[in-house]
Amino acid sequence: MDVLVLSRLQFALNISFHILFPTITMALAWFLFYFKLRSDFSGHPVWMRIYRFWVRVFALTFALGVVSGVTMSFQFGTNWPGFMEKVGNVAGPLLGYEVLTAFFLEATFLGIMLFGSRKVPNWLHTLSTFIVAFGTTTSAFWILSLNSWMHTPQGYEIINGVVYAKDWSEIIFNPSFPYRFAHMMLASGLTASFVLAGLSAYRMLMGDEKIAPRLTLKTGLYTAAILIPLQIFAGDMHGLNTLKHQPQKVAAMEGVWETERGAPLLLFALPDEEARDNRFEIGIPNGASFILTHQTDGEIKGLNEFPDEHPPVAPVFYGFRVMVGMGLLMLAVSWAGSVYLWRRGALPRWLQYTTIGMTFSGWVATLAGWYVTEIGRQPYIVSGVLRTEDAVTALPAGNVAFSLTLYVVFYGILLVAYIATLGLMCRRSVAIEEITDKERSDIKDPALGAAKA
Amino acid sequence: MPFESLSAETLGNIYVGLLGLAVLLYGILDGYDLGIGVLLPPRDEKCRDAMIASIGPYWDANETWLVLAVGLLLFAFPEAHSQFLQTLYIPATLMLLGLILRGVSFDFRAKVVQGHKRRWDFAFKYGSLLTTLAQGYMLGIFVTGLRTDLWAQGFALLAAFGVTAAYAFIGACWLILKGEGKLQEKAYKWARRGLVMLAAGIIAVSLANLTLHDDVRDLWLSAPWGIMLMAIPLTCFALLLMCGVLLKKLPEANGKGEWLPFFIALMVFVLSFAAFGISYYPYVIPGKLTIMDALSDAGSLRFLLVGTVVVVPCILAYTFMVYRIFAGKAEKLSYY
Repeated sequence: MDVLVLSRLQFALNISFHILFPTITMALAWFLFYFKLRSDFSGHPVWMRIYRFWVRVFALTFALGVVSGVTMSFQFGTNWPGFMEKVGNVAGPLLGYEVLTAFFLEATFLGIMLFGSRKVPNWLHTLSTFIVAFGTTTSAFWILSLNSWMHTPQGYEIINGVVYAKDWSEIIFNPSFPYRFAHMMLASGLTASFVLAGLSAYRMLMGDEKIAPRLTLKTGLYTAAILIPLQIFAGDMHGLNTLKHQPQKVAAMEGVWETERGAPLLLFALPDEEARDNRFEIGIPNGASFILTHQTDGEIKGLNEFPDEHPPVAPVFYGFRVMVGMGLLMLAVSWAGSVYLWRRGALPRWLQYTTIGMTFSGWVATLAGWYVTEIGRQPYIVSGVLRTEDAVTALPAGNVAFSLTLYVVFYGILLVAYIATLGLMCRRSVAIEEITDKERSDIKDPALGAAKA
Repeated sequence: MPFESLSAETLGNIYVGLLGLAVLLYGILDGYDLGIGVLLPPRDEKCRDAMIASIGPYWDANETWLVLAVGLLLFAFPEAHSQFLQTLYIPATLMLLGLILRGVSFDFRAKVVQGHKRRWDFAFKYGSLLTTLAQGYMLGIFVTGLRTDLWAQGFALLAAFGVTAAYAFIGACWLILKGEGKLQEKAYKWARRGLVMLAAGIIAVSLANLTLHDDVRDLWLSAPWGIMLMAIPLTCFALLLMCGVLLKKLPEANGKGEWLPFFIALMVFVLSFAAFGISYYPYVIPGKLTIMDALSDAGSLRFLLVGTVVVVPCILAYTFMVYRIFAGKAEKLSYY
């Protein structure tokens, strides 16, 4: 394999591994802030128990996000020198603002959030929780701004082959940014909701009868039930935005080769790049046109309009279906779960198992979605400005093969260890975190006081 | 746009100053926690718990200075950044893997079953060691001007040893400040050993340094500048000597002056860094690439500077606040 393929694999591996953790922590930080506020306002010890369990999950997840993020920050220099040479004047300051306004904020206040609740006044601990949540969101803001600019660049000029910034507000708020930001924040909310619900359901399955997991199961499923329709709406808007700015990506997502009116919505097909056609199509007539143009005979541009300028079709096509399929599954599970919890206060066994199985469903959907959008931008690294092959290092392929192998081994072990450790933390929580009689007598609400916390 | 009046030269100097600040703070802050990782005793779990507790609230933020440093190099001096990381691809990869091991072990060790905890501690120690060696090696190659010949390799190995010794020394000094009882006794022992190795390392690296670049040798051996500059190494060695005496006396001083070794270590880091900076200014890659050769577009630098002048003081202020909050002897880590 040549250095381009190896470097792309390495970048894909690094960023795929990295995104797993911020996707959880971005929203989990806000959940923690919510738990802390509930604790502050109700005074009920259960909220602090919940906070402590989940802050440990947060700490572990955050650490994995940090170390894989540090690795990410080196990738530009090690493997993609052409990227900074060409667009560094735009990418640099955006990354710089991320480090300055977000990374330090998160990392510093995390210390207080984790270990400081007995060292600082309560208000400062609550504030630190808020600042960490704010920091993670700020971080997402900058990095998604840069990523969106790579999809829909504007506000720049090219002088002697190098990109110079002309208008920073046009760069930061480029056309796809608001959609991508909303879509990603909702994805994070859904991922964290399902982690919350899944691990809580697992705790209950392991015999944890305290109220803490029941409350977090509810919090997780209700939040997911609210967010999923919003996400479908945001995703649809994002799709329309992509159709406007990157029609070749949408053509690959829908498997449309020839420009056509009334394109069908393909539920399944095998795209064949050599024959430039699909095999085994199963579709809803006029569906794609209706969704994308809101008219049954709307025109969809086909891939053949973009010779040598369109992405590889199969991964984009399948990735899109995995993402949407997972989204629909999330809709079904969160709504069914919410109905059961609302009516009967508990999940039936089968749904409890399903919820546990869905713990990391957000990861699948998020990764699939990112593959669609990133592979969908190919063969460009910055749409219309810089081709991926022109950005790659001239290092010998052996060096990259060496580092890639080590990353595969390390990340494989870490992912297994991460999931196993979360499971262990859940099983351990069954025996601990009992509420004392003293705490019970302090509780004002008798209904909560009677239950085990 | 603010800072319109700043020339490219001024911007270059400001950014190289910021880069220097980030590298120096990284060396001191992540230096002590990596050093503690290197020092972890394999057979004493209680001691390891106490040592790791002493860096618990800080390591994450400490490591962020590395991200800032590599970021500043990336967007202020892209050409230097790309040459640096292309030449040092393998050591940079090893350093990153070391940092990954160290960082995740910190959290895993506290959450897994007893039998696995030792393994994560092992990963913590050797992850830290891999990082310090790789960083020292990279620093060494960097100082030679990214040469890869045998003499440069030898110098880089010397630097790898020197940086590891320096980190272990400042780590031991941190433990004197934060530790108690048996751990503090050990820390004194480590600091005394580290001091000797560090002094040897500084002498060796400084002398080898004179052979690498003619203009560096001319600067340090010239009159009158060279003589005035000699104040830096002289102060440095006076401080180290004083530290040697203190490390013998302090254990009997009932906890007085426990902050002094760390303070001296910090000063030694600052002085060594100053000597390094004076030697190679105005190069961003010694002998190869100057600040002006590598500087990126002034407009983008101005845009980032707006945020920097507002945010960096805030970062320093809240970092200081966190160190104040967790001041005093380290307590057992608990999420309370």
